[in-house]
Amino acid sequence: MIKSAYSFSTKKEKIENHIIVVWVDNESGALARVIGLFSGRGYNIDSLAVAEVDKKKNISRITISTSGTLHVLQQIKLQLGKLVPVHKVADFPKNKKTLLRELALLKVVSSKVKLEKAKKLCKKYNYSILDKTEKSFVLEVSALKKDIDELVKKLQPLGLVSTSRTGVVAMTKGPEIYKQS
Amino acid sequence: MANLISGAEILFKVLEEQGVKHIFGYPGGAVLPIYDELKNHKSIKHILVRHEQGAGHAAEGYARSTGKPGVMLVTSGPGATNAVTALTDAYMDSVPLICITGQVPTHLIGTDAFQECDTTGITRPCTKHNWLVKDVNKLSLILHKAFEVATTGRPGPVLIDIPKDIQFKKGKYIKPKELKKNNKPNNIKLNGQDNTNIEKAVELIKKSSKPILYTGGGVINSGPKATELLRQLVALTGFPITSTLQGLGAFPGNDNKFLGMLGMHGTYEANNAMHDCDLMINIGARFDDRITGKIDEFSPKSKKIHIDIDPSSINKNVNVDLAIIGDVKLVLEKIISSIIEKYPNFSESSKQEIYSWWKTIENWRKKKSLGFLNSNDVIKPQYAIQRLYELTKAQDTYITTEVGQHQMWAAQHYKFDKPNRWMTSGGLGTMGYGLPAAIGVQIAHPDKLVIDIAGEASVLMTMQEMSTAVQYKLPIKIFILNNQYMGMVRQWQELLHEKNYSESYTAALPDFVKLAEAYGCVGIRANKPEELDKKIGEMLSINRPVIFDCVVDKIENCYPMIPSGKAHNQMLLGDQDEENKISEEGKVLV
Repeated sequence: MIKSAYSFSTKKEKIENHIIVVWVDNESGALARVIGLFSGRGYNIDSLAVAEVDKKKNISRITISTSGTLHVLQQIKLQLGKLVPVHKVADFPKNKKTLLRELALLKVVSSKVKLEKAKKLCKKYNYSILDKTEKSFVLEVSALKKDIDELVKKLQPLGLVSTSRTGVVAMTKGPEIYKQS
Repeated sequence: MANLISGAEILFKVLEEQGVKHIFGYPGGAVLPIYDELKNHKSIKHILVRHEQGAGHAAEGYARSTGKPGVMLVTSGPGATNAVTALTDAYMDSVPLICITGQVPTHLIGTDAFQECDTTGITRPCTKHNWLVKDVNKLSLILHKAFEVATTGRPGPVLIDIPKDIQFKKGKYIKPKELKKNNKPNNIKLNGQDNTNIEKAVELIKKSSKPILYTGGGVINSGPKATELLRQLVALTGFPITSTLQGLGAFPGNDNKFLGMLGMHGTYEANNAMHDCDLMINIGARFDDRITGKIDEFSPKSKKIHIDIDPSSINKNVNVDLAIIGDVKLVLEKIISSIIEKYPNFSESSKQEIYSWWKTIENWRKKKSLGFLNSNDVIKPQYAIQRLYELTKAQDTYITTEVGQHQMWAAQHYKFDKPNRWMTSGGLGTMGYGLPAAIGVQIAHPDKLVIDIAGEASVLMTMQEMSTAVQYKLPIKIFILNNQYMGMVRQWQELLHEKNYSESYTAALPDFVKLAEAYGCVGIRANKPEELDKKIGEMLSINRPVIFDCVVDKIENCYPMIPSGKAHNQMLLGDQDEENKISEEGKVLV
């Protein structure tokens, strides 16, 4: 990959997956600035979750799952920090100190037998059935990304027709919250 | 009920509060209420350009030569899209620019109305920040905030998109609690943590026996105090100093400690010193690819200190050993006082420490890498710049340039001894920058000599602005090094594409002397070396805009040059230099 005029970078660096959390003013264009920065500078977005979290202060929380070399991840954080509506940027380590969750809605349309089979499969996950007919059900699962990936794969032969996923959200364990250093 | 005034009035009130004296602009449907209000604000002069890109570059020239933000005012749609090149240029070169655009009325936004475009969408990646104003009561705060964003931290362009109905609508003028002063472009304070970094920097400086100061545009953006301190630092340490394209003028170009510009067309001594040094102190520069050459082989043996106001510049292209985030002048002040405090005899001890390093540098200097074979028959472009320098150096001269060979020759052969005298498009490399920039500079400094060192191809991109220069009686001098080629393209085609001069020759050029006359200014042509001095003298004696058509050698190349894919110590010194041929893989790079 040629990144600038002269850099045939010969070094192969390890790609890491990180969760970047960004607190931004909830104003029009703020999300576009964040994701525009990713596409404009060639960074990856594996998943994205965003919603207002503080009505009074008008703050939205954006959770981005991204991958890159440590060098790129550092750049992502610094570039995000420069955006005017951004209040703080956190890099949540993917270890025991961080809680990660993704929510999925899955619609299965199938025969009675297969529906039963599908339900059994789900037992292992934290799920609830939101809608049910003779031929179908819609279930809600909240789990780690890899577990949902697995479940989706297993449900496919059993009549999974529609999948909707939120992308990962994250929070640190314990009483501490993230403060900008 | 508080006094309600129109959005257009609010805009001018903010401009007055911010001390704006000049705006560069072009009217159109969506900014007519603002243009209508102009007559009531005599302290602000509007400069009517001929194309919105010209307004942007003029505002850039104004900003770079004064340290104050430049202001431009354009209409919606094409007015805004024409401004995009100038905004991007300002973003790349950290120039504070306030761009006010008109927008179609709020209720028409999103309907593909006449002259509507998604201005904030288009300009999001080329501004520090932009705003679409939907509430007239927020206009004053947004505008003040815009000035703050443009001028603080690493400066840059901002854009405020104001729909036409907001310009008409009456609203409250709200003064922000604290007005940031324009003349203080950088307000990031050094925190305690950086103080330990200052100590570390001083220790590295103390230990070094082969140091180099690598300075950039950040020194100039930090203001005149930073320039003064840089000179103090060099006087104190005796360290050799080199500069990027944008940093020229921060240190006197004819001082013996100055090794000349570095990078792709930098001097042999500067690039070799960068390669062989044991301590590199980057002050307000950003390890741009034109500077580093092959990144894997960039200055392999050195410790690197990077002083920058923008944290995202640290470790972006080159990993450094010590980063100091802060305004150059604050950091230099601390470093200097810390050296004096800890090592009162530093000057003396340093002299001995770096004595043999200077010997090495003097040997590199002997190569005279900026040398060229002069001619009696044809004007060599380097010679033209040298003569221009010799004949103008007694005056306080402001130089702008276009982009290409002439720009590099100007950077190599014109010596600057003051900051803010050199306006050139570095990061974006915008052909057509120099002429409108010269207009902006001349507006800011009406009594000074302002010269655009141009190429004939570049200058045609914004030539229409001569009409602006004539209208405002701006005696700018357009000094065209005319070789009928896009010279830098031609040079690369010669070196990298087997002399296939594909589309780089302009088979039909205007007669620049007649063109000057058509615009109502003066045209002068020089064909022979022996008439050059006389003709330049004539140009300087005319107190009107002049287009100077300097007919130069068509096939002269710009050397020295670090060829693509090579490191600092593998420079091409001239056409005869076979030692450092460009490799196949080097050819794919830009």
